[in-house]
Amino acid sequence: MSDTTPEYSGAGHHGGTMDIVRKGLAKRKRKQAILQGIGIAAIGFSLTVLFILLASLVSTGYHAFTQTHVEIEVFVDPEEISEENLPRGGFRNVLSNSLGQYFPESDMSDRAEARVLSSILSNGAQFKLRDMLVEDPSLIGQTISLTVPTSDPYDQLNKGLIDRATPEEFRRLKDEEIENFDTLSELGLVSKPFNAGLLTNADSRFPELAGLKGALVGSFWALLTCFLISFPLGIGAAIYLEEFAPKNKVSDFIEVNINNLAAVPSVVFGLLALAVFIGWFGMPRSAPFVGGLALALMTMPTIIIATRAALKAVPPSIREAALGVGASKHQVVFQHVLPLAMPGILTGTIIGLAQALGETAPLLLIGMNAFITSAASSPFDSATALPTQIFIWADSPERGFVSRTSAAILVLLTFLITMNALAIFLRSKFERKW
Amino acid sequence: MGMLPFAILLVAAIVGYMINLQSARAIRAGGTRLHSLSGFHGMFSALLVIVPVLTFVLLWLGFETAVIERLMFASLPSGTLDGLGSGEVQLIGAEIRSIAGGRVFGTPEDWKLAAAERLLAYEAWSDWLLIAAVAALSVALMLFARSRVAPEYRARQQVEKITTGLMIFCATVAIFTTIGIVFALTYETFKFFQMVSITEFLFGTSWEPQIPIREDQIAAEGAFGAVPVFLGTIVIATIALTVAVPVGLLTAIYLNEFAPQAVRSVVKPILEILAGVPTVVYGFFAILVVAPAIRELGVTLGLDVASNTALAAGGVMGVMLIPFISSFADDALSAVPQSLRDGALALGATRGEMMMNVLFPAAIPGIVGGVLLAVSRAIGETMIVVMAAGLIARMTINPLDSVTAVTVQIVTLLIGDTSFDSPKTLAAFALGMMLFIATLVINVFALRIVRKYREIYD
Repeated sequence: MSDTTPEYSGAGHHGGTMDIVRKGLAKRKRKQAILQGIGIAAIGFSLTVLFILLASLVSTGYHAFTQTHVEIEVFVDPEEISEENLPRGGFRNVLSNSLGQYFPESDMSDRAEARVLSSILSNGAQFKLRDMLVEDPSLIGQTISLTVPTSDPYDQLNKGLIDRATPEEFRRLKDEEIENFDTLSELGLVSKPFNAGLLTNADSRFPELAGLKGALVGSFWALLTCFLISFPLGIGAAIYLEEFAPKNKVSDFIEVNINNLAAVPSVVFGLLALAVFIGWFGMPRSAPFVGGLALALMTMPTIIIATRAALKAVPPSIREAALGVGASKHQVVFQHVLPLAMPGILTGTIIGLAQALGETAPLLLIGMNAFITSAASSPFDSATALPTQIFIWADSPERGFVSRTSAAILVLLTFLITMNALAIFLRSKFERKW
Repeated sequence: MGMLPFAILLVAAIVGYMINLQSARAIRAGGTRLHSLSGFHGMFSALLVIVPVLTFVLLWLGFETAVIERLMFASLPSGTLDGLGSGEVQLIGAEIRSIAGGRVFGTPEDWKLAAAERLLAYEAWSDWLLIAAVAALSVALMLFARSRVAPEYRARQQVEKITTGLMIFCATVAIFTTIGIVFALTYETFKFFQMVSITEFLFGTSWEPQIPIREDQIAAEGAFGAVPVFLGTIVIATIALTVAVPVGLLTAIYLNEFAPQAVRSVVKPILEILAGVPTVVYGFFAILVVAPAIRELGVTLGLDVASNTALAAGGVMGVMLIPFISSFADDALSAVPQSLRDGALALGATRGEMMMNVLFPAAIPGIVGGVLLAVSRAIGETMIVVMAAGLIARMTINPLDSVTAVTVQIVTLLIGDTSFDSPKTLAAFALGMMLFIATLVINVFALRIVRKYREIYD
């Protein structure tokens, strides 16, 4: 028997066994090296994807942080715009005529030519002029210097996103249009300042005018609602379950319920909000308040779980000492345990709110993807939120919205990183090890 | 106006607190011992005012719109709404409301203008009634609380009773949420199955929800067969898990056993970043980078690739799930007792053999629980598929083809104006019901496995 299976031979064959072990050792070590290698490769894969994700967002998004403007001398022709008629008037004609002065050889009475020329200016230019004149009608008849955004294709051209080498029929700007822009450029009228409008404008159909103000305000209201509801409810539930609830079937059931709620897909909370809050209670559509309610129900389990962990971390000696000097159970919890657990609770809450800020699906279902061109002034007005604005822009066909979407994502990520950094700071600064 | 009831309530609570506090202090100053601290007498008044009145205000506001609408419809000249469907009635209601809001389109009939005026009057009445009721109730409760201030009154016990009640209410909100979800989904799904047969929904193979515009088309054969939608979700989830499970597990194995502390402390936070990226960002990444890359690759290989492939959506979803699976697996591996590691190493196993033959098998239950939770996330994930997957339901398992998913259909069916009586809207709730049931079963199962497994080594 030992002849056929030498590897299982007993104590008598020490040399043989060691040989076999040694022979196999290289192979076994190789196997371990392979395991480590593919482990490193797996991590490398995740890191690479994260890098590509961030790099693609930054490389497309940074364009949206600047915006091409042209500075033109505008003669406010009293024949087109009169004080009595404000805020109506021929703002568009005034602008295109003013633009014409830089192109002496073009004939501004030819409407087609005039239209091509004025396509350089953003559609928002006429509204800017109008607002200026409404504010100060004495400008009528004068020549004023106006700096306005260019329309999206010219913005793209100026940022090098439209390749001049592309054959004309595949290019979004014709040769003539590029020439016009170059003329203005050579006159030194074109500038590319920081695009403040990205943060101070509301949404618009025109990429060069679209901004995130409406979305930021909407997200603020929704998050405020979410916080005001989920924070007290979450803490109350957690304190009860951790400190007061008797260990019985009912509290078990509540616990299972909370754990399950934490794993219910977010879109289902959207359905709940749509059917119950909007359908049955008749709350307004697209309102950040309703969105905040849905987000609150989603965030509550996170806060409950974090609060319970924080309460558990407070050592029993604190409770016993407080009870020992005559505090009631409630006084122990509210005056001693809860304040000590607060840093942990706040950390968990901020992380939960950061998740809520990035949540999109429930907000889509309650209609927070509407096209709204002004910022909400109360949580009951129609509004969009940051993530839904990203979704709307990602869906828009205009090329200019690609970089806007990336920029909006960068803004969103900045908020998330700030919130998480704050949570980490709170944890490291105030957390006590007992 | 809207905030006034809350302001009254807040003021009443503060005033009540102060009054009770002062009178309790006065008793104490008179030399009598009180059973409870003066602060508890104050708190008793504040809570006694806030809890019932706030409940009252919220209930009022919750039912106000519906009741006013009822009254308004009841006040219409008799016969105006005869023979109209519920959709048309809703439309008339919306028109009257918009007239009342000052947005008049065209020249509405006189009875609509009159109704709008009545609507405004009812609303004004309702506002005043609410304010009067809040003020009266607050003052009554405040006086009642004041009358209770006495040396022997057990204010602390009362306050603690009320706060315990409030905490129990907070804890039951989770149950109410679940009940709300179940009830809302069941109700709308039930309405849907009255229009479309349940067997057709569950076993039909043609999904064309956009077609039924006219009444007689609802029953058109196969328009609401959800099998291709389910199949699409399964295809995308499978692709996602094919990416996430191996990468996630190998990451966990390496980090848990082989990685130097420095690497671990860098890689773990980076993976957490990956987990914290909102899904709408992943969706945009899929359409901006991944889908074009896959298509280009397909073209160079001479393959027929759709513009929004299941592969792009599933692959990106897989990346999203990697940190989820790796952290679960890491926890499961760490929970295996040190004695098992030591035993394996003492027998002469290499660290690789110890990991693969001892630790990993011992951690399998926890890992399976984590993977199951990842499955439930994959089928419930919405934004990535809404942005990167297709809209048209195809019966295919080809990852290079465009497929749709349950969540995509829910979102596309409900985006835009929705009325609650069209089968299109209700179909979304039926799909949501399926999604809820599927994820619930998986979650319960997974949590049970994870919990049971934790107990073994504790």
